[in-house]
Amino acid sequence: MTAPATNGKTGDGEELPVLTKKDFTSDQEVRWCPGCGDYAILAQMQKMLPDLKIPRENIAFISGIGCSSRFPYYVETYGFHSIHGRAPTIATGLKLTRPELTVFVVTGDGDGLSIGGNHLLHAMRRNLDITIILFNNRIYGLTKGQFSPTSELGKVTKSSPYGTTEMPLNPTRIAIAAGATFVARAVDRDTKHLEQVLYEAAQHKGTSFVEVYQNCNIFNDGAFAAFTDKDVRDDRMLYLEDGQPLRFGKERQHGIKLNGFLPEVEWDAPEDAELLVHDAATPHTNLANILAHMDYPDFPVPVGIFRRVEAPRYEEMLEEQVQDARERAAPEFEPLLHGSETWRVND
Amino acid sequence: MTTESPARQDREVQRLERVTVRFAGDSGDGMQLTGTQFTKTTAIFGNDLATLPDFPAEIRAPTGSLPGVSGFQISFSSSDIRTPGDQPDALVAMNPAALKTNIGDLRPGGLVIVDEEEFSRSNLKKAGYEQSPLEDGTLSAFQVVPINITRQNELALEEVDLPSKQKFQSRNFYALGLVLWLYGRSIEPTVKWAEARFGRNPAVLDANLRALKAGYNFGDTTELFQVRYEVPPATVEPGLYRHISGNEATALGFLAASIKADLPLFYASYPITPASDVLHELSRHRNFGVKTFQAEDEIAAMGAAIGAAYGGSLALTGTSGPGLALKSEALNLAIMTELPLVVIDVQRAGPSTGMPTKTEQSDLLQAMFGRNGDSAIAIVAPATPADCFHMAIEAYRIALKYMVPVIYLSDGYLGNGSEPWKIPDMGDIPEIASHFADPSTTDFQPYKRDPETLARPWAIPGTPGLEHRIGGLEKSSETGDISYEPENHHKMTLYRNNRVANIQHDIPPLEVQGPESGDLLVLGWGGTYGAIVSAAENARAQGKSVASAQVRYLNPFPANLGEVLSRYDKVLIPELNMGQLSMLVRAKYLVDAVPFNKIAGQPFKIAEIEAKIDEVLGLRGPYELDFGPTSNLGGA
Ligand code: SF4
Repeated sequence: MTAPATNGKTGDGEELPVLTKKDFTSDQEVRWCPGCGDYAILAQMQKMLPDLKIPRENIAFISGIGCSSRFPYYVETYGFHSIHGRAPTIATGLKLTRPELTVFVVTGDGDGLSIGGNHLLHAMRRNLDITIILFNNRIYGLTKGQFSPTSELGKVTKSSPYGTTEMPLNPTRIAIAAGATFVARAVDRDTKHLEQVLYEAAQHKGTSFVEVYQNCNIFNDGAFAAFTDKDVRDDRMLYLEDGQPLRFGKERQHGIKLNGFLPEVEWDAPEDAELLVHDAATPHTNLANILAHMDYPDFPVPVGIFRRVEAPRYEEMLEEQVQDARERAAPEFEPLLHGSETWRVND
Repeated sequence: MTTESPARQDREVQRLERVTVRFAGDSGDGMQLTGTQFTKTTAIFGNDLATLPDFPAEIRAPTGSLPGVSGFQISFSSSDIRTPGDQPDALVAMNPAALKTNIGDLRPGGLVIVDEEEFSRSNLKKAGYEQSPLEDGTLSAFQVVPINITRQNELALEEVDLPSKQKFQSRNFYALGLVLWLYGRSIEPTVKWAEARFGRNPAVLDANLRALKAGYNFGDTTELFQVRYEVPPATVEPGLYRHISGNEATALGFLAASIKADLPLFYASYPITPASDVLHELSRHRNFGVKTFQAEDEIAAMGAAIGAAYGGSLALTGTSGPGLALKSEALNLAIMTELPLVVIDVQRAGPSTGMPTKTEQSDLLQAMFGRNGDSAIAIVAPATPADCFHMAIEAYRIALKYMVPVIYLSDGYLGNGSEPWKIPDMGDIPEIASHFADPSTTDFQPYKRDPETLARPWAIPGTPGLEHRIGGLEKSSETGDISYEPENHHKMTLYRNNRVANIQHDIPPLEVQGPESGDLLVLGWGGTYGAIVSAAENARAQGKSVASAQVRYLNPFPANLGEVLSRYDKVLIPELNMGQLSMLVRAKYLVDAVPFNKIAGQPFKIAEIEAKIDEVLGLRGPYELDFGPTSNLGGA
């Protein structure tokens, strides 16, 4: 374990030392396969964390099981590598009892959407102030290459030699449906954009959900290459910018417009006026849903912040109930212990 | 008493030492309320008592049907008692179904009060009676008192402005009034209670009070009852008393632990019968800083408790058997990460969904072994409803000192049962110490153990300089880094198990009631306490050399258990399961203990254990449990 950046006794309220990426790097050897997309996500996280200006001791990373879930070992904060699918439950217990902490959940497509799907839904609907990063590589990596709930229909894997016969889940759509108040998507290889999205997610008050397209170069290499490769990225991905028309292409020459309820690509669209304008803060989920449905090859794949709205937070409301209850009735145990009726037995 | 009418009759008053009354009716008839009010009045009167509510399986079974019958039994006495009674002396049956499902338990010659009006042809048919048992002589072994309760109640409520359907619902107050009169109890506590409860609804209050008084006066003025009964107050230790159920005592005990440990209580739970009352109770106490979390499922409740324990709160989760099964993987994470928390299991009849409203003690082996790997856990089990309070505090004393999860095994009988309780003085309960890591440590090692207890330090997020990582993977002793070293895994497994074994130094020795050595020790655990102690006492009164002891610490066992067992020629272990404690005791102490197993969803009767004692002592032939004529009725 590395020594704390200061004398290690800096509490809230005191002036914070300037932390760097190095301060968030633990002494543990990183064990992902060389070339794995996880490295990029870890690096952007470690780079971003100092910007939050939160003391290291007030940050906790909670993960489940899977390649991605090794993440907490490598970050020099508090960390909990739990069991398959249950990270949101542990994060919930921690955040409810220690609302002042900054809590991250690191999960994957198997961990978060298969075995832990239920917990992920409920964490998002409760709008706890936690940040959930889902590494989506559309495969089971740790167990060596079975299909996952986000694998495309017909995918041939070790456990589906004839191809899968089930439809994939779209994590971003799930997050929108479950009521996450911050929903975003990023790509492991676009590190600058990823770092920005992670920062915005961590800043958001309420449940933030970030899907990261992550390349598993061992079992599902190039799963996203068709639109994330540097030379095609501009034409096949759409970077969402709040208040801006939906444009893509090297020269931002193409756009997305609405035809009835459906999105449509307008090639070489000269006028902004016809195009859909992004609004992450709209209370309705319609726009976010339209965007989440857009997928390659019919559309450019949207990345960035789909949705960012304010809503009451679980831990805050619970804390308020405690404060209100305290104001209304002092915590006197004796009357409670005595109950409504007592009687005395004399000698 | 304010209600005595001038027309009262002088009656013979018969003094009894102990009486057992059962109230039975349709689940919509309010029998639990009637029983509870009678119990409270009896407690205030000063009798010792024990209760046994018996809920139907369905919330809304068809009205008047056999599965819809709800019962409440109370036994009260002028001396010390510990069980709700083997056989009721009196039965109040509000309809034919209630009569049919309960009459088989009544002692011969017992009193039966029925609402005659409810014995219509259609109601008889719903209960499966060909003809009215009130007329065909089948009840000749009992003193039957048929009363037109429905009609009498209607007359008493004539001036109340309520629809007749609602008036009908005051019948239970009428029955309560009558029974209060019969046993010489005051209606005042019920009047006070009703005023508080129905104060906001004056018409309903008026109806209930009129019904209560009418029932009382009916007993007083008519000559239907030749005698009135009197059960004088019991002589008990002086002090301030209240009446308490096991689930209430459990909730209060954990709240008391939170106060004594000076840590906020966090309770995560998924609703499940019969544990939900604990959730209901704790969720009311936000002013004590109690945060309750109704999770999306049992696993989430367990996970949230782990998260809260990780964060330094007093973490608690509660469930029943099926829920414990779901929690087992996450519970193992708490064992692996050595976090202090408590899991309440209010046991019910299994396997699978089993009989949710019926009691059983069949989760002991699940608690002990129901996880992958060698994963020792501490287990405690209260012996009476009031003991739930004490054992809840014990659970945290152990958890926090040894940094270990603890399973607290209550059961449906303890949870719903109740007894008078001498209210403890909070000043007498010692503070509970926690094992927090020293924040000034320079080279912090998350798995460096206390040499005596083997507990690891509790280093909570927010503490500068103690940042570390934990998880379900095997860890290197001291540093806590992931380790697959063969020797390390061997060592860590021993640490985890020895840490639980060490708790033995910290728990009281097993206490024996009866002779220090002799022919027979009756050994039990959990809610069988009352029946076992009473049976052993009765045996001693007949000159037999029989002692009894109740194990309240099940893992580890009290240090002297092996030695205690060796002092008796024979050991009998009655359990509401297939012999789970027997198996543990036989395996650990190589003692040829005789199991006595009842798996009926009902507690032991004293007489059953007495008969088994005689069998083991060679005083009679083999004893078989007799479930009586009602065994296949009531509850689907
Ligand atoms: S298996 Fe795939 S996801 Fe896992 S570490 Fe290797 S490359 Fe990364």
